[in-house]
Amino acid sequence: MRLLKDALAQRAMSFVAALPAILVLLIVVGLFLKSKAILGVEPLSRLLFSSAWHPLKGQFGLLSFITGTAWVTVTALVLAVPVSILAAIYLSEYAPRWVRESAKPVIDLLAGLPSVVYGVWGVIMVVPFVGGVLAPLAGVYSSGYSILAGGIVLAIMTFPTIIHVTLEVFASVPRSLRDASLSLGATKWETTRHVVLRKGAQGILAASVLGFSRAFGETMAVLMVVGNVPAVPRSLFDAGYPLPALIANNYGEMMSVPRYDAALMTAALVLMLIVLFFNILARRILVRVERRVR
Amino acid sequence: MNGVANGRLGKRKRADLFFRVLATASAAVVLFSLLLILGTILWKSVPALSLSMLTQTPKGGFYLGKEGGILNAILGSLYLAVGATVLALLLSLPLALYLNLYKGRASKTAVWTRFFLDVLWGVPSIVYGAFGFVVMLALGLRASLLAGMLTVALLEFPIMCRAIDEVMRLVPLELKEASDSLGATRFETALKVMVRQCAPGILTGALLAFGRGIGDAASVLFTAGFTDRVPASLADPAATLPLAIFFQLGTPFPEVQQRAYASAAVLTLIILLISLAGRAVSRKVTRHVVR
Repeated sequence: MRLLKDALAQRAMSFVAALPAILVLLIVVGLFLKSKAILGVEPLSRLLFSSAWHPLKGQFGLLSFITGTAWVTVTALVLAVPVSILAAIYLSEYAPRWVRESAKPVIDLLAGLPSVVYGVWGVIMVVPFVGGVLAPLAGVYSSGYSILAGGIVLAIMTFPTIIHVTLEVFASVPRSLRDASLSLGATKWETTRHVVLRKGAQGILAASVLGFSRAFGETMAVLMVVGNVPAVPRSLFDAGYPLPALIANNYGEMMSVPRYDAALMTAALVLMLIVLFFNILARRILVRVERRVR
Repeated sequence: MNGVANGRLGKRKRADLFFRVLATASAAVVLFSLLLILGTILWKSVPALSLSMLTQTPKGGFYLGKEGGILNAILGSLYLAVGATVLALLLSLPLALYLNLYKGRASKTAVWTRFFLDVLWGVPSIVYGAFGFVVMLALGLRASLLAGMLTVALLEFPIMCRAIDEVMRLVPLELKEASDSLGATRFETALKVMVRQCAPGILTGALLAFGRGIGDAASVLFTAGFTDRVPASLADPAATLPLAIFFQLGTPFPEVQQRAYASAAVLTLIILLISLAGRAVSRKVTRHVVR
């Protein structure tokens, strides 16, 4: 009887164990099936590389949205990566123990704040700042609802992801290597640069890629500050319209226009595939790093 | 010669100092951003925060600045996140146990499953939302509390599962062997030893996922719908706090936007409470833990 229970439990559990892989597959297949209605009619090149977005005329060029996503994400990373890595260097190399311990809740909390809260904060603070301070400084007019505002908010949202992974990578660099470098008379910074950063280079790359894919799919916070104008942006102060925002903004009307829903699901599919690619890339690098350390 | 050496040493020392300051400043920027966000949200919410805001559902013309509160969204979010967390736990617990007891911790199955969990963790919530929507259409369901719960459960599943898995990996192998040697089946070891041993970790993982679930907007946008009433059954549409904030902020009326700030403060406080609870739990619920 007990053995039977055990065997039954194993069956059930082995099914659950297959779930993650099945789920990834299901999401891709599900989205693909929904986007087939448009993939079959429009050539892929026109979907991806045309900026003509006129759902009522049946034109669904996603280029503006893809470039919008790219602009916002790259802006965010340019801001977030140096700050995060330097912050991680401080926490792992310079900070006293109690600071390192108390930094953990701060980073967790930053990661745990809902994206809507980031969005509200962005609207209250970042948008006026970009529109009223940065744009006049740069000598351009901007409402503040811009790529730059989205990038700043997104940068703060990606801090915890990058810092967390980078810290783990730094922690895996053996203490003895640092000591060896220090004992040769290298300064703390030289040790960090030539030992810790060199050993951790791949890990830092992986952390940045993870930050990238986190930023890439972020929806609400960006949607609230980025302006949502369906055109290819030309400067940081222009409004943009990222893919996730497109999907989120138009769910209401998509059932009433023919093939609109298929176009949006194609957008979701594109998003999923890109994120999947970068995620897998980052994880592969991390696995390699882990194996090499052991 | 000596002077040159001194000069170079001086330069190296200056570089060292420069980067120490830069790194410290960067860490300060991160901390400062958090404080700035929390401070701004709480400070902006003060004028609109009131008891009626928390205890009433929206009355007619609420979104034009009239009477009412966001009780519908608070309760909707709580129902939804509790349901989703229970569902996610029902999936995560068996999976984590399976990886740690039935399969070797470093077995191929375990490694690949963890890999796919990590990939799932990275899937944007809007994609879960779109996927949930596709499934809903295929099954002929309407936007409802249940559909929202299922979607958010999918979103929470990888987060919770990885958190529990990390804790279970730390359980010493001797404990399992001791249980085996007493003639327990693996299932009994799982339930009576592993789950007890990891109870604090499981709770923390569940709370972490709960926090993520209650704050997510993009996944419930398509699936849970929105309503001014408190949902009475699983088939009713349900309002959620993040969406309430989003919609209120989207109106052109300053009074309603103020309420969006207040709602954001409520959501932030819930998140703060959960994260404090998580910390307290991981310290307190250690009664059955063998060390």
